[in-house]
This record gives sequence, structure tokens and C-alpha cells, in this order.
Amino acid sequence: MSRIVIFDRALCCSTGVCGPQVDPTLPRFAADLEWLKHQGHQVDRFNLAQDAALFAQDSLVQKILTEHGVECLPLVFVDQQLVSQCTYPSREDLAQWTRTKLSADMLPIVDQGCCGDTDCC
Amino acid sequence: MVIPIAANNKENRLMVLPPTFTRNLFFTGKGGVGKTSLACAFAIRLSDAGKQVLLVSTDPASNLEEVLQTPLSNEPRSIAGVTGLFAMNIDPEQAAAAYRERLVGPYRGILPDDAVQSMEEQFAGACTLEIAAFDEFTKLLANTATTLQFDHVVFDTAPTGHTLRLLALPSAWSGFLDSNVTGTSCLGPLAGLQDQREIYQVTVDSLCNPECTTLFLVTRPERSALREAERSSRELHRLGVTNQQLLVNGVFTAADARDPVAVAMQGRCEEALAEMPAGLADLQRTTIPLSPTQMISVEALRNIDSAHDTFPATDGRCFETTGLTSPTAPMACLNQLIDDLASTGRGVILTMGKGGVGKTTIAAAIAVGLVDLGHSVHLSTTDPAAHLMATLDKNQLENLTVSSIDPVQVTDEYRREVLQHAGSQLDQDGRRLLEEDLRSPCTEEIAVFRAFATAVSQGKDGFVVLDTAPTGHTILLLDAALAYHREISRQTSQLPESVIELLPRLRDPSFTRVLVITLPESTPVHEAVRLQQDLRRADIEPFSWVINQSLRPLKVCDPVLLQRQQNEQAYVAEVDAQHAKRTVVIPWVTTPPVGLDALRQLSQRS
Repeated sequence: MSRIVIFDRALCCSTGVCGPQVDPTLPRFAADLEWLKHQGHQVDRFNLAQDAALFAQDSLVQKILTEHGVECLPLVFVDQQLVSQCTYPSREDLAQWTRTKLSADMLPIVDQGCCGDTDCC
Repeated sequence: MVIPIAANNKENRLMVLPPTFTRNLFFTGKGGVGKTSLACAFAIRLSDAGKQVLLVSTDPASNLEEVLQTPLSNEPRSIAGVTGLFAMNIDPEQAAAAYRERLVGPYRGILPDDAVQSMEEQFAGACTLEIAAFDEFTKLLANTATTLQFDHVVFDTAPTGHTLRLLALPSAWSGFLDSNVTGTSCLGPLAGLQDQREIYQVTVDSLCNPECTTLFLVTRPERSALREAERSSRELHRLGVTNQQLLVNGVFTAADARDPVAVAMQGRCEEALAEMPAGLADLQRTTIPLSPTQMISVEALRNIDSAHDTFPATDGRCFETTGLTSPTAPMACLNQLIDDLASTGRGVILTMGKGGVGKTTIAAAIAVGLVDLGHSVHLSTTDPAAHLMATLDKNQLENLTVSSIDPVQVTDEYRREVLQHAGSQLDQDGRRLLEEDLRSPCTEEIAVFRAFATAVSQGKDGFVVLDTAPTGHTILLLDAALAYHREISRQTSQLPESVIELLPRLRDPSFTRVLVITLPESTPVHEAVRLQQDLRRADIEPFSWVINQSLRPLKVCDPVLLQRQQNEQAYVAEVDAQHAKRTVVIPWVTTPPVGLDALRQLSQRS
């Protein structure tokens, strides 16, 4: 099983519902992380506003932040390897990085096409 | 001074305050009903009886300093002339700034600047303000070091809505923490507080324990004020605060039957008291007579508890107020204001001010006035007490549409919309998480804000009169949050046009006219000054001030009313000379301004 660590933007909540308009990406990503946990992985999601200490302690995160600014967030690490930055990865990507089987009934329910935002079909 | 309370006599007719038995005393009610004066009077009485008393104001618009004539801070300070009395003032904005700094400060110079800045933005939200204020409040209520030495803690709490939110928070947050299954949810600004759950619990327990806490509902002998008090009473009762008493402040008895204004005023008081709402009828009630002067200074406050009829008798002559008029030009009437507002043919008119100053009534009177001039008008209220329907009674008027922004309803709609929009792509767990987050207190704020933005956008096509609005401070906070969210969600920016355009519209003087409503009394005027400062910070310049319920244009001879009429002068002059670009004075009216005819009476040419 893998350990997934996300250094996220300064959000006041994981789903982003506090904003004047909800960005559907955020609840989707929050749900994907829940799914990863259910698959037995360890998931830690740190938010710059609430967990700044962890950002400050991690020299690699510090370095990327200093070089690229907050635009680099979210940073996604799988077993200490940086796998993604700047965007919220899809469930397919998360599954691939953690070698998790993406069973059909685990797919998010979407209303546009069979595979959401990807071009798999 | 001690009053025996007869078992079947719920009303203390004597002009003294009821005895108190609990450690904590709370005062709640609309701005200007006399919470601060009464809280001070109780605190002084307890101190005079040899107790150590801490008097605390958590009201963002507190006038405790003015009332006690002592500069205050967020540390207890002893009050000259009253042995054992200490007072302190909690400014929620300062508390929020300190709280923000505690969370962000340690990372300055450690994390890159833009990261620190994005943290700060996150803690600029409205929830941070409330949580920080509550944090301060909790420290005092949970029997911590600050209050240990005191026998009594007297809270002169904020006006109704704010107080309710503040008091509602403990149970809201506790309930939220309990039912938050994922542990990742919308508790952002609470981050710095999560380890203090036990203190929350102590605070909740203490509020709900009738042996620890007495809640005084302070109101005036007016129908809308009593109804508002009933609403607060019910809401607090639901939250478990059961030890409630009613203080009816400013009950007027005419001393001179030849004074028609005095007789009408007494009649209105009696009518309002006779129609006592059912929810208040069973509370222990104390009536406090209308004071001829401002309750400023320790001596005046001591007198609340002992003063009887000490007004000098007059010779019975009624005075015209012309001799009292200030040297400035005579004040405009409401009808002149309506004429000016009408000249643009469309736009938004906002009546703003603290609770109880007559925002709803004046909004309705302006709406009716504009309709009478041949315009189509939409009148909308965001006042949670929703008096608007009562104000317009059941009379119908062509070209006038009326709606209200009900926070509960708009929040439900917003929740549904979000779940539909963002929740459709989620699996069951994700949906549950989203629903969890939508239970946060921010959701209501955002929902109301959006409903307000929608109402404002309707001013493109006709007149929209709104009886209340977020303060400049709230607008700025939400605008910052909005800009931020626009940035982070740039790839899916689907903000409604009404929200994007809100601030530019409010700042456009040809589109939006803000009317600051106040009463010719100390607290309401000073609260209105703060409101105007707030608006100016958001680059919104009020169009006019409206001084409501003025005795100034009336002919009176009752000694109490004469004295009050004279006291008004200073406040009317202050508003006109220092604060307002233009000033409109609306006289006190003998019939309650309910229904079309009574509303038209407010704008009658004198």
C-alpha cells in the first residue's frame, strides 16, 4: 500500500464550498482521496492555511514553493516521489501511481460520457 | 430596593431592576434599546452590593466607553467611582486580526511571501471574525484565569443577529465537530481552536445552566421590537438558554394630558404592551420608564435603579421647536428625498442601519412613494425578522412587488444547487463529504450574499429598494474571498454575473443610493457613523442620512418629551454638520407606520 501526501493550496475546506461558486474539481478530488483511503492507502492532505508548519518543515516543498510560487500547488507525492503539481490529478492517475485497480463500480458517476474528463473513449 | 416577587405577579411595577442570582448576566436586543445602559446599571448595583463584577462588551459597535466615560481595552480595567467594578471591551475585528496573526505570523520569512499572503486571504473570511470573537467570549465564560476573581460577569452583548450567531456557535460547532465523520471538513478558520473543544463544552453548559446564566431580553414597548424579542427568545430557548427575563425599556407615561404627542406615545406603548407576544408573556418582566436624558455617567446609571418621578413640573405651555432649530438650513423631508431618488428612473436604493432604527419602514415608505410617482418598484428585505410584510400589511399596490430574502430558504436553495452542480459527478462518499461541508455556517453567508447580489442586479431595469445589506466590511471580506476563489478556480469560473458585478454596482453612485438610517440618540448615531466608515472603506459613499422618529418637528409640552426633544438637537446637529452629505428628518408619528396610508404619512409635506 502507498502513502499519498498532498500539499494543497490555502483552502478553508477540502471541498471548496466556502467560495461564492463551488469548483466541481474540489469535491471530486476530495471524493477521490476518500476512495484511495478505502482502497487501503494512507492519504495525508495538508492545506497551506491550516498546516503551514508541514510546508515549512519539508525542504523539497519549500524549494518548489520558493521557485514557482503558490501556483505550484497542489503538490502530490506518492511514496515520497513527486508525481504531480499545479493541478488536481484524476482518479485514473491516482490509481495508476498507486497501482490500484480501478474497478468499474468505483468510477465516479458522471453525466457527460462514460469517462468524465479523460479521452479514454 | 429589594423587590419581593409575588408568585402570581410577573411584572415588577416598581421602577427598579429585578434581583439577580446567577454569576453570568447577558443582555440581548436590537441596537439602541438600552442594553449597554441596563448592563451597566446591573453591574453597578452588584458592585455597590460589595461584589466583584466584570462588565464585558462583545458588541462591535459598543458604546461602553461612552457610557462609563472610561477608555477601555481588551483587559479588565477598574471603573472610577464604583468599587469592585471592572470593564473590558472585546472588539471582534481586533480579535480576528490577533487570531489571524497567531496562525500566520510564525511563517512570515519562513514560507515564501506569496504563500503567506494566500494564508492571510484564507483567514480574512467572515467566519474567522466570528470564530475569533467567540474565542474571546469563551475564554471569559469558561471560568478561566481572567474571570476567576469575579463574582459576576455581565455581558453587554451585540445586537440581536450577531448575538444569536455568537451564541448559536457553540452548539453549531460542537454539533459539527461531533458529526464530522471525515475529519477533513470545512473547519478551516477553526484550525487554531480545535484543541479547545472542552472549553466550548463548558461554555455551552454554562450558557444553558439556569443557575449560572440569566439572559435579559431588552426591548422597547413597540410592536416590532417585542416581536423581535420573541424571536430571539424562541431561538435562544431552542439553543438551551432557558433562564430568560424580559426588560421593557423606555415605557412612557404622559405627565401632561394636554400634550397630544405625549398622549399618543403613551397610547402606543400601552397598545404594544397589551399585544405582548405569546412567547414573551410567561417571562418575568420588568418595565423601565423612558428616561428624559441619556444614560451616560455612573450617577445616571445608578439612578435607573432608584429614580422616581423627579422631573420638574412645567407651566403647561407647549413650545414650538422653531426656537430650537440649529443655525443650519432646515432639514429636508422624506418626500424631497423620494423626488430626488425618482429622478434617475431606475437603480438600487439601500436603507442601512442597525436593527430597530426603522430600515424596513423607511424602505417601504420610499417604495410606496416611488410607486405613487408612477414608477415600478421591487421591494426586497434581507431582514431576518421579515417585518416587511407586516409593514405593508395586506394592502396591495399596482407596480409594487415585494419579496423577502429568507436566509433559511436561500441557503436550502444554494445547497441544492451546489449538490446538483458539483455533486452530480461524485460517488456516494464524495457526496456525503460535500453535504457535510455544506452544513458549515459559511454556506448561509454565501447564499444570502448571492441572493442580495441577484436583487441588486434587478436595479438595471427599474427601482429596487432593499431594506438592509451586508455592511461595507462584509462586502470587502466577501469581495476578497471572491477574488481569491476566482483566481483558484479560474479554469471553471462560473460565477454569476450578479456576483461579479455587485461591488462595481454598489460603488456606482448613479446606480446605487445608500441611505444611512438612524435615530436622534447617542448609540444609533454612533453606530451609523461606524457603518458609514465601513462603507467608505469599501468605496461606497452614502447618498443621504435619514433621522427617524424625531421629536424635533413636533410640538410637545410633556416634560420628559421636552427634555428629549432638546437632547435630540445635539445629535441632529452632529449628523448634519459632521457626517451627512444631506440629512432628512422624519418626525415621530402618532400611528404606527403600518399599511399604505400610514407609510404615506411619513413622507407628507409638513
